[in-house]
Amino acid sequence: MLGKLSWEAIPFDEPIPLVAAGVVGLVLIGVFAWVTLKGWLPYLWREWITSVDHKRIGIMYILLAMVMLLRGFSDAIMMRSQQALAFGSPGYLPPEHYDQIFSAHGTIMIFFVAMPFVIGLMNLVVPLQLGVRDVAFPTLNSVGFWLTATGALLVNISLVVGEFARTGWLPYPPLSELTYSPGVGVDYYLWSLVISGVGTLLAGINLLTTVLKLHAPGMTYTRMPMFCWTTLASNLLIVAAFPILTATLIMLLLDRYLGFHFFTNEAGGNMMMFVNLIWAWGHPEVYILILPAFGVFSEVVSTFSGKPLFGYRSMVAATMAICILSFTVWLHHFFTMGAGADVNAIFGILSMVIAVPTGVKIFNWLFTMYGGRVVYATPLLWSIGFIVTFVIGGMTGVLLAVPPVDFVLHNSLFLVAHFHNVIIGGVLFGAFAGYTYWFPKAFGFRLHEGLGKASFWCWISGFYVAFMPLYVLGLMGMTRRMQHYDVAAWHPWLLIAAGGAAIILIGIILQIAQFVVSIRRREELRDETGDPWNGRSLEWATPSPPPAFNFAVLPNIKGEEAYWGMKQRALQQARLSEEPAYAEIEMPRNSPTGFICAFFATIMGFALIWHIWWLVGLAALGAYATFVVFAWRDKDEYIIPAETVARIDRANRSARGAALARLQAAP
Amino acid sequence: MAPIVLTACEPAVLDPQGVIGKAEKMLLIDSLAIMLAIVVPTIAATFVFAWWFRASNTKARYLPDWAYSGRIELIVWSVPLLVIMLLGGVTWIASHELDPAKPLASNTPPLEVQVVSLDWKWLFIYPNQGVASVNQLVVPAGAPIHFSLTSASVMNAFFIPQLGSMIYTMNGMTTQLNLQADAPGTFRGLSSHFSGDGFSDMHFDVLALPAERFAAWVEAARSTGPTLDPDTYAALARQSTTARPFTFRAVAPGLFPQIVTQKLPPGPGPRTGRPHPSVSPRTEE
Repeated sequence: MLGKLSWEAIPFDEPIPLVAAGVVGLVLIGVFAWVTLKGWLPYLWREWITSVDHKRIGIMYILLAMVMLLRGFSDAIMMRSQQALAFGSPGYLPPEHYDQIFSAHGTIMIFFVAMPFVIGLMNLVVPLQLGVRDVAFPTLNSVGFWLTATGALLVNISLVVGEFARTGWLPYPPLSELTYSPGVGVDYYLWSLVISGVGTLLAGINLLTTVLKLHAPGMTYTRMPMFCWTTLASNLLIVAAFPILTATLIMLLLDRYLGFHFFTNEAGGNMMMFVNLIWAWGHPEVYILILPAFGVFSEVVSTFSGKPLFGYRSMVAATMAICILSFTVWLHHFFTMGAGADVNAIFGILSMVIAVPTGVKIFNWLFTMYGGRVVYATPLLWSIGFIVTFVIGGMTGVLLAVPPVDFVLHNSLFLVAHFHNVIIGGVLFGAFAGYTYWFPKAFGFRLHEGLGKASFWCWISGFYVAFMPLYVLGLMGMTRRMQHYDVAAWHPWLLIAAGGAAIILIGIILQIAQFVVSIRRREELRDETGDPWNGRSLEWATPSPPPAFNFAVLPNIKGEEAYWGMKQRALQQARLSEEPAYAEIEMPRNSPTGFICAFFATIMGFALIWHIWWLVGLAALGAYATFVVFAWRDKDEYIIPAETVARIDRANRSARGAALARLQAAP
Repeated sequence: MAPIVLTACEPAVLDPQGVIGKAEKMLLIDSLAIMLAIVVPTIAATFVFAWWFRASNTKARYLPDWAYSGRIELIVWSVPLLVIMLLGGVTWIASHELDPAKPLASNTPPLEVQVVSLDWKWLFIYPNQGVASVNQLVVPAGAPIHFSLTSASVMNAFFIPQLGSMIYTMNGMTTQLNLQADAPGTFRGLSSHFSGDGFSDMHFDVLALPAERFAAWVEAARSTGPTLDPDTYAALARQSTTARPFTFRAVAPGLFPQIVTQKLPPGPGPRTGRPHPSVSPRTEE
C-alpha cells in the first residue's frame, strides 16, 4: 500500500535532523496559523499564490531563494564545524550524516538558492526594463515557479522521511547506482531535480520569448539595458542546457528503477558518459547563474556612477561570446580522467579563452566608474566587492584550467575555494546587489542602508576568512568531502575557516535585521517618486511598486538608456511630456494552475521516491486534469478600465512633476 | 582508527619530491605569475577609480556622457587576449610534457605497479615481483614508476600530492600514470574523489626506498602474508576500512586483467547496517 514507506524511514535516532525539522515545522505551522487568524489567507491565495503577475512571481522566487539560503547555510555551518572538530576524532557527524549534508548543501545552494534568486530578479525586472506589461507566458511562468518550489520541498522532506543523497551534489555513478546507494536518498535528489528542472526550463522558455518578442515601441536590441542582454544569454543557455540535465537524470532513474544500464559497471554501462553529460549541462549552468549577476552589476555600477555603461556594444559582444563559449569547455571538470594531452590542452585553452570576454567586462565596469560620481550605496559596495573577489576567483579558475596544474589541485579544497570564490563573490553578491537595488521598486520603500552596509562588510570579510584558508589547504593536499582527517597541519586552517563561516552568519543575521527594520520604518524609507537612485532604465519610470499593468501607455523608446533620455527631455523642456490618452488594458487573469500542478507534482515525486505506484497514477491524473481544465478555459483576461489606468498614472505623473520641480528649484 | 601523523606533508603540492610534482609546481607558479601581472593592477585600479571618482571628490573630473573610447576598447580586448595567448601556449606545451600516460625519461626501467581502488582501501599489485600490498605503496627512489589503475567498484582518484598528478580509477577500465620519487622518503597518498562512507579513511603511506632496501622489502613480502587469489580478492572487495597495511606473499597470475575485464565481479556494495530497504545501510567499523 505505501511502497517502501514505513515508520522506520523516520530517523528517530538522529537528533539533528529531527530537531531541525521540528523547529522548521513549528515555524511553518505558526506562520500558517498567524496568517489564517489574521484572515490573510484569501488575500494570499488571490494575490500571490495564484498570481500570474511577473513581479509577484519574481518576488516569490526571491523569497524561496532566501529561505533556502538559510537551509543551505545551516548545512555549511555544520560542515565547517565538523571539519574543525574532526582532527583525529570522528567529530559529531557520522559519515552517513555528513555525506548527506555536503550533498544537500551543494544541491540546495545551486538549484534552490542561486537559480531562483537570479530567475526571480529577471522575472521582476526584465518586462519593466523592456517597457512591456507582462512576460510572454504568464501562467507558464507561475507553473515554473511552483515546480521549482516542489523540488525544494522534496529536498527538505528528505530531512525527516528517509534520507538525502550521500553522493555529492552531482551524483557520479556508479556510486549513485542501486548497487552502491540502495536507499531513497539518490531518488530524492533525482526526482526533486527532474521536477524543478522542468520548472526552470519553463521559466527559461518564458523569459527567452519575452526578451525576443516583447518590446516597447522603439526598444530595439541595441537599446536594451545590459540586464536584458544578460537575461537573453542566460535563458538561451537554460533552454539549451537544462534538457541535458533532465535527460541525464532520467537515464540514471531508468538505471535505478527499471534495471537499465546507462551508467552501471555491468552490462556495458559507462559512468564516463554521465560525467560528460552532467558537465555539458553543469558548465553552462555556472554561466546561467553568473550572466544575470553581470547584468545587475552593469546596471548598478552605471547608476551609482551617474554615467552610462562604458562600452555597451563591447559588453553585448562579451556577453554573447561567453554564452557560446560556455558550451565548449565542459571537459575541464575532469582533466584527471585520462583523456590524453591533445584533448586536455584544447579544453584547457578554450576555458581560458572565456577569461577574455570576462576580463573585458571587468575593465568596462572600471571605465564606467572612471569620470563618474561614485555614490557608495549598498548595491555599489556589493559591486566593488564583487569586482575584487571575482578577479581573484577568476584567476584561480584559469589556474585550474591548466591541465597539469589541475592534476595536483583537482577535487582539493583549492577547487572548493575557487568555485565559492566565483559563486559567492559573483552570483551571490550580484543577487544581493540586485536585491538592494530593486527592493524599492518591488515594495515601494528602500532597505535600511546602515544595516545593509554592515551586512556587506561581514559577508565580504567572512568570505575571505572562510575561503582563503581553503586555498592553502588545497595546496597542502587536502581533498574535499573529508569527514575526518589526521593531518595536524590542516587543523588550524580549518579552525580559521570555521571562524569565517561565523562572520558570514553575523552578515546573514544583519540582513534579516535589515529586512525587519526596513519594514518597520517603511514610512521614512518610502520611495515617493519611483526613481530612488536616479536610475537610467525604464523600470524607474514606473511607480514603486508598479501597478499590475506596469505602464499605462507603452513608452516610445528613442535611444539607449530610455528613462534617462525621458528625464533629460523633461529637464530641458522644464515640464513632463504631454498626458497620454488612456485606454483600457487587458491583463491575464490569475490562475491556480501552477499551484495545483505543483501540488500534484509534489505528491507524484514523493510517491515515485517511495514506490507508491497507485498514488503516482492518481497524482499524474490530477496534474493532467489540471492542465486540461486550464487548456479549456473560456476567459483568460480581464479588463482594467481606462479611468483606473488614468488615476494610477496621474498619481505617478504628479510625483514625477514634483520631483522635476525640486530639481529645477535646486541650483 | 589509528591516527598516522605524517610530518613531511605540510604544503604538499608546493613541496614536491618527484620530477612530475616539481614540474607541476613550477607550472603553477609560472601561470600564477603571468596572471598576477594583470590581476594586481586591475584590483588596484578598482580601488583607485572607485576612490578617486567618489561623489564627494570635487577635484575629480565628471564626464557624465563619456561611454566610449575606441583606444580603450582596443586595450581592454587585447590585453586579456595576449595574456591568454601566452598562457594558452604554456598550457599546450605543458599538457603534452606532463601527460600522465607519457613514460618518464630515465636510464632505469620503470617499476610496474597495478593499482586497484576498493571500498575503501587501496590494493597495489607488483606483477613483476609477484607480491601485493594493501594501503601501503613501497617504491624504489629515483626510478620511474608506471601505474596501471582500475577500480573494483565506484570511482576514486589516486593521488600522491608530493609526487604529482592524480588520476581517476574506474571499474572496467584502466588509466595510466607515470610518477617518480626522486629521493627516499615517506609521503601521503589518498583518494581524492569521494567514494562513499569510508572515503575519509582511504589514504595510504608511500615509502620511497633506496633500490637495495626496496629489493629487501620485496623479499620480506614474499615470505609473509596470505596469497592474493580470486577468493581473497573477493573478501578484500567487500566494504570495509583497513587501518593497518599488509602484504600478500603471492598474486594469482592475471588477477589485474581479470578485475578490469570484470571476470572478477565488481565490489558488492553495502551489506551491513540498518536492515531497512529505504535507507542506505550504514557501514559499521
